[in-house]
Amino acid sequence: MALQNRHLLGLEGVSKEEIKLILDTATTFREVLERPIKKVPTLQGKTIVNLFFESSTRTRISFELAERRLSADVVNFSADMSSLKKGETLKDTARNIEAMKIDMVVMRHASPGAALFLSRVIDSVIINAGDGGHEHPTQALLDLYSIQEKHKRIDGLKICIVGDISHSRVALSNIYGLKTMGAEVAVCGPATLIPSEIEKHGIGIFNKIDDAIAWADVLNVLRIQLERQDRSYFPSLREYRKYFAVTKERIERAEKQITIMHPGPINRDVELSADVADGKHSIILQQVLNGVAVRMAVLYLLGTRS
Amino acid sequence: MKYLFKNTIIIDPANLIEEPVDVLIVDGRIEKIRQSLSASKNDQEIDLRGNIIAPGFIDMHVHLREPGFEYKETIESGSMAAAAGGFTTVCCMPNTNPVIDDDSMVRWIIEKGKSVNQGIVDIYPIATITKSRQGKELSPMMELADAGAVAFSDDGSSVDNAEVLRRAMEYSAMINKPIIQHAEEPNLAKGGVMNEGFVSTSLGMPPIPSISETVVLARDLLIANYTKGKYHAAHISTRISVELIRDAKKRGTSASCEVTPHHFTLTDEAVRSFDTNTKMNPPLRAYDDLISLKEGLRDGIIDVIATDHAPHSFDEKQVEYLFAPFGIVGLETAIGLAITELVQTGYLSLNQLVEKLSVNPRKILNLPQVTIREGEKANLTILNPELRWIVEIEKFKSRSVNTPFNGRKLIGRAIGIFNNGQLLLND
Amino acid sequence: MTRKIIDEIGFGRTLTRLAHEILERNKGAGNIAIIGIRTRGEYLAKRIADIIFSIEKKEIKIGLLDITLYRDDLKEIQYQPLLKGTEIDFDLNKKDIILIDDVLFTGRTVRAALDELTDLGRPASIQLAVLIDRGHRELPIRADFVGKNLPTSLDEEVKVLMKEIDPEDSVVLKSLKEGGN
Repeated sequence: MALQNRHLLGLEGVSKEEIKLILDTATTFREVLERPIKKVPTLQGKTIVNLFFESSTRTRISFELAERRLSADVVNFSADMSSLKKGETLKDTARNIEAMKIDMVVMRHASPGAALFLSRVIDSVIINAGDGGHEHPTQALLDLYSIQEKHKRIDGLKICIVGDISHSRVALSNIYGLKTMGAEVAVCGPATLIPSEIEKHGIGIFNKIDDAIAWADVLNVLRIQLERQDRSYFPSLREYRKYFAVTKERIERAEKQITIMHPGPINRDVELSADVADGKHSIILQQVLNGVAVRMAVLYLLGTRS
Repeated sequence: MKYLFKNTIIIDPANLIEEPVDVLIVDGRIEKIRQSLSASKNDQEIDLRGNIIAPGFIDMHVHLREPGFEYKETIESGSMAAAAGGFTTVCCMPNTNPVIDDDSMVRWIIEKGKSVNQGIVDIYPIATITKSRQGKELSPMMELADAGAVAFSDDGSSVDNAEVLRRAMEYSAMINKPIIQHAEEPNLAKGGVMNEGFVSTSLGMPPIPSISETVVLARDLLIANYTKGKYHAAHISTRISVELIRDAKKRGTSASCEVTPHHFTLTDEAVRSFDTNTKMNPPLRAYDDLISLKEGLRDGIIDVIATDHAPHSFDEKQVEYLFAPFGIVGLETAIGLAITELVQTGYLSLNQLVEKLSVNPRKILNLPQVTIREGEKANLTILNPELRWIVEIEKFKSRSVNTPFNGRKLIGRAIGIFNNGQLLLND
Repeated sequence: MTRKIIDEIGFGRTLTRLAHEILERNKGAGNIAIIGIRTRGEYLAKRIADIIFSIEKKEIKIGLLDITLYRDDLKEIQYQPLLKGTEIDFDLNKKDIILIDDVLFTGRTVRAALDELTDLGRPASIQLAVLIDRGHRELPIRADFVGKNLPTSLDEEVKVLMKEIDPEDSVVLKSLKEGGN
């Protein structure tokens, strides 16, 4: 059993067996992360470039740790979008880096399809670390892993993704992955942040957070992007907090077991109240740990694929 | 110079001849249309068995990119592409650099058009509605028309200000020239790169909702009705747009519209490839839009097929989807797509197709009609409606090859054109 | 062509002898722990631990080692090996570790296992026990306890079968040469 594609560009079209393979492999790396020496020599001699055209300290650190713990050589390249647009094209940048003999590229980029585009213009193995509002497959995989770790299954669980669904790569990758693994999925947020025809993916839509809490086994709460406020998707943060925030009172009112997840970084007391983020329902820090293990699994499976 | 076309069918809505006939052309004029003409010594005789000739096709929506963007296309390469695609006439849009908003520019383009490729393709400039395409002050329309501009358009941008559009319609009505509007509400479309719907949601692409086109079109049609001006909607793409035009025509509004071959051929599903040659504005829409466009053509609501030929260099399109420029080339695939998608499927007869590609655009632009009769100037498109061929960008005459149709199997192809005394046959 | 080298009775006898040798060398089961290299080393480790229990009446800690992540040939092998994971739930430090594998061949697996054990802790000693030593070492490694020395040629394959996953307990020698006799 190996992954079908030599790149990881998204979870759309990735089979249940492949996702299982990644999650099972990640279990091995969770054990490695508990060792006194959290490092294995598996990718010795491989060079991995982290190409980040949007700042995402968290994702980059998680990938970098995963790479270093597999003994790969790591090079970081960060540039903001505006300089890329003015200067060299992505194709030229990538080809130049590849000319220096590298093996894999982990890329974060603002354009949907950028990772696929990269895979068409260079030969290295590509891992998509987020392409605009499209996909962020390793985030969804670590979410799947964390759900499975907590609930011992994914199949049949009810998972609701809460917040800005329209601009979220995390939401889309989660929807693809969760549906493949047999979960029931819903989204919840203001109508202005729910993209057109998303129900065609076979998922439910809630506009009331209390309804979502009553329905779900797991809430995956997304970050509200404060910088999108200029387009007036909702009247104010105050109003958002009042009607959509996941708070302790709301969870307690529901009188049920519920798991709270968040891909980070959290806007405390905006989409998620601090007491919930740090409370007993939260598995947010496990997500962070699992992120390294899942990324090691993906790097291992793609990096040693013959 | 004499040319004798043997055994051709003539598809001319004004002069339909169903039987194969021979056509003798002397010094660029049609001398005789008879059965069994025989060639004299110096005639060039061409057997057109299985082919048809039609009044020369006109593409009223083309970006020739010159001046300013000669690396994408020039008047010369664009005119060759038009000829190869079966068009004897093109109208070029004014969003060049500098823009075509004064009479010297209009004259320059006409002169240049006559000087390239022995002037086989007639090139008619469209001038801007507003100065510098800023949407604020009217261009000197009378002067531009006197210089040879056939219509006015700020194509690429919508004339957003309703009052400016109203004045433009009133003013251009005096000289009986149409206002060609690129209907798009800029706030609704802001940042978008493809049609809003299930596909944009599934790809995480910033969307362009269909209402960004229809809200402007609806407003414009009311203004057109009110002013009695002559309004032409460029590249309509949605089901509701067809309905709006239908209703406006019923109301007696002087309104017409065009559709591009890509909008009646592809849907937004094509964007799943992330091929930047599926990125155009207006974007590829949903399936029910596509069907409505075909029905609109069939029912006569849509008057014209025009390509919105928009050349961009290879490198400009070889970028991330978000950053790629909008638009594709269309001149060399238009006839094949139209016959494959519309004639072969029964939406249009060949006669109706000729109306959409020759008769109606000339009517809208107030150009003299081209007919195939003895004594008339020969302005002909020669095509084989049954020829099966495969699009190969390597054979394009256009300087740019940004098309999503490379490798596509099509039925029907231009064999050549005859115009201004010259014959040009494709290889 | 396939030849049986050790049958079921011989198999049990060999393991018993290995267990005795291990106990003798370490002066009892007091400080030892057994770590089997996956896959068949796992079952060998359990069998030997059981024999030691029957002799000394003492439970011995067992750990499992998956050396895949330490292999030096990951790029060359045709099929990506499935990770089964390392499971060692005791402290290695200051223990006498008996590392067990079924066949000692090039020594590369043992090299990988030694590297991995070093990353996991600092045992007092590491001793190597193998059921078969078939020679052809590519690294300077030798076993402390050998069930059977079996001279082989490179075009032969040694297969250790164990009831836990195979039909029987045995060791067979297969010739990979076409039409060999």
